[in-house]
Amino acid sequence: MRMGQDDCRSEKEQPDVSVVSADVLPGSALPAGEEAAGAAELGPRARMWPSLVAVYRAQLSRARFARIPLLFVATFQSIGIMILMRGVVDGGGEAESVVAGASVLVVAFVALNLLAQYFGQLRASGGLDHYATLPVPPAAVVLGAAGAYASFTVPGTVVTAVFGCVLFGLPLAHLWILAAVIPLAGAALSGLGAALGLLAPRPELATLLGQLGMSAALLLGVLPADRMPEAVRFARDLLPSTYGVEALARTFGDHPDWAIVLGDLAVCGAVGVVSLAVATWAYRRAAVR
Amino acid sequence: MAQALRQGGDVVCAVRGLTKTYPAVRGRRGAPGTPAVRATDDVRLDIRRGEIFGLLGPNGAGKSTLVRQLTGLMRPDAGRVEILGHDIVRHPERAARILAYLGQESSALDELTVSLAAETTGRLRGLEARQARAERDAVLEELGLTAIAGRPLKKLSGGQRRLACLAAALVGERPLLVLDEPTTGMDPVARRAVWAAVDRRRAERGTTVLLVTHNVIEAETVLDRVAVLDQGRVIACDTPAGLKEQVAGEVRVELVWREAAPLHVPEVAVLRERAVESGRRWTLRLAPEEARTVVATVTGGSAFAALDDFTLATPSLEDVYLALGGAARQGLVKA
Repeated sequence: MRMGQDDCRSEKEQPDVSVVSADVLPGSALPAGEEAAGAAELGPRARMWPSLVAVYRAQLSRARFARIPLLFVATFQSIGIMILMRGVVDGGGEAESVVAGASVLVVAFVALNLLAQYFGQLRASGGLDHYATLPVPPAAVVLGAAGAYASFTVPGTVVTAVFGCVLFGLPLAHLWILAAVIPLAGAALSGLGAALGLLAPRPELATLLGQLGMSAALLLGVLPADRMPEAVRFARDLLPSTYGVEALARTFGDHPDWAIVLGDLAVCGAVGVVSLAVATWAYRRAAVR
Repeated sequence: MAQALRQGGDVVCAVRGLTKTYPAVRGRRGAPGTPAVRATDDVRLDIRRGEIFGLLGPNGAGKSTLVRQLTGLMRPDAGRVEILGHDIVRHPERAARILAYLGQESSALDELTVSLAAETTGRLRGLEARQARAERDAVLEELGLTAIAGRPLKKLSGGQRRLACLAAALVGERPLLVLDEPTTGMDPVARRAVWAAVDRRRAERGTTVLLVTHNVIEAETVLDRVAVLDQGRVIACDTPAGLKEQVAGEVRVELVWREAAPLHVPEVAVLRERAVESGRRWTLRLAPEEARTVVATVTGGSAFAALDDFTLATPSLEDVYLALGGAARQGLVKA
């Protein structure tokens, strides 16, 4: 939905690195004065949607050569945590939280942690210059990468959820909700990851922030909330992944309250829009110094 | 000034008074601070249509900083950059629609295959999908990369990776190519492919090339004109031959001793003060008359027994750089 808006906007506005008035568009009058005469025609600008698809496709192809970190590590970690927690929780509501938390943890690991590291390193090594010297809308670069990282989480999240359901004897009936949880939690967490990676002044700091974000998702998402002190529960409410966890956990019941599920998912979506917008702003800031 | 800039008519890129200072970094515990560095200092350049214009200088001379300001990646503190009539300082985002840039870093493309790196870059340069694929195939063929098109850049050798990045830069035509040390790490075959590709674009489309290099031989053979940079300033700008004329009165004599220099020979002992020593090798810059005397001295008498090899050469751009007062004594590469 958001992408559609951007697509339309790029036709009318200047979505590039800095703000330029519409009078520089080809075919329109150039500003009066020094540049009015003799200025060469500019090459075409890459449009929002095709460049987003191109970036997404290129990022997705990276999984071929970095399969283990991008696809497997997070899954093994989450499955391991569920096996550990099996001795601690006694079924029922707590088991639902553990399975939901471990599933969303896969999203947090890849979309938040790994994407923060990726952008942190890209920025530090000068890799952003490549994109900054192409006429591509900043949002296409950020959304393409964020979308690809969210996609990397799909197999791991599904495997974790199914394994968890079997392990704790939970119903598989409503797991289709993952089709909404993964993209929305993915948007929120990858936006956060991209923003952290692009804003961190040093790559080690980006890595550290990504790790901390993931650790928070692990501790606050997987451990049952009822046993936490008030302050920690408040922190839990601030973490966007929590709403993905809650939405998924609620669907394990016999009669899920779909309105609350929808509310949780809406929070994820809203955080996603805001964090991706912040990440796009951070990209512009990082691209031209 | 805009009028003056356009008078040349054929000027593709005009730079006036370009200045950028990196602020001082205050020292922390254990790490000393660095003073403010003027990376480009009042730089003035005119790059004409269809020429291969070089920026030559040792590491740290400010070449890359200058190029980053021309490509809109960095904002100067002061000065103007006008490319094909567009003010790049006021509108840095226009640079991406006028020029193609090959930077020194490939990290954005490292995990892609050669083929996908070129195609994606073409798409992001505004090409339609079919056009991007067609240009990708043509450029990979032209640079001899077709055989390794399916391999990720990360798995290639340094020279091949550089060539793949150049391929990405060439997909999607641009009237100005800005290439920052494009041939680093390449073998002679790959280098030849690079210059052939550049020449073809120049002949067919009048493409202008701004080339950053610290390789003297390359500068002498491929450049039409060259600006010599030192500590952020342009200390000379002319054709390679024109620059060499400035030091035409000098000849370079290189002496290589078998073990140690025969300092017991008085003539050799005197020469030592004027030589740049590098192990067994002495380099001297002398007037032709003096050079003849020196050669006569070392090839006859007792000095000859200690002599392993000697060369007498007309000046290169490296000599020009040193004669112009370049600060780095051994900064330029001869390869």
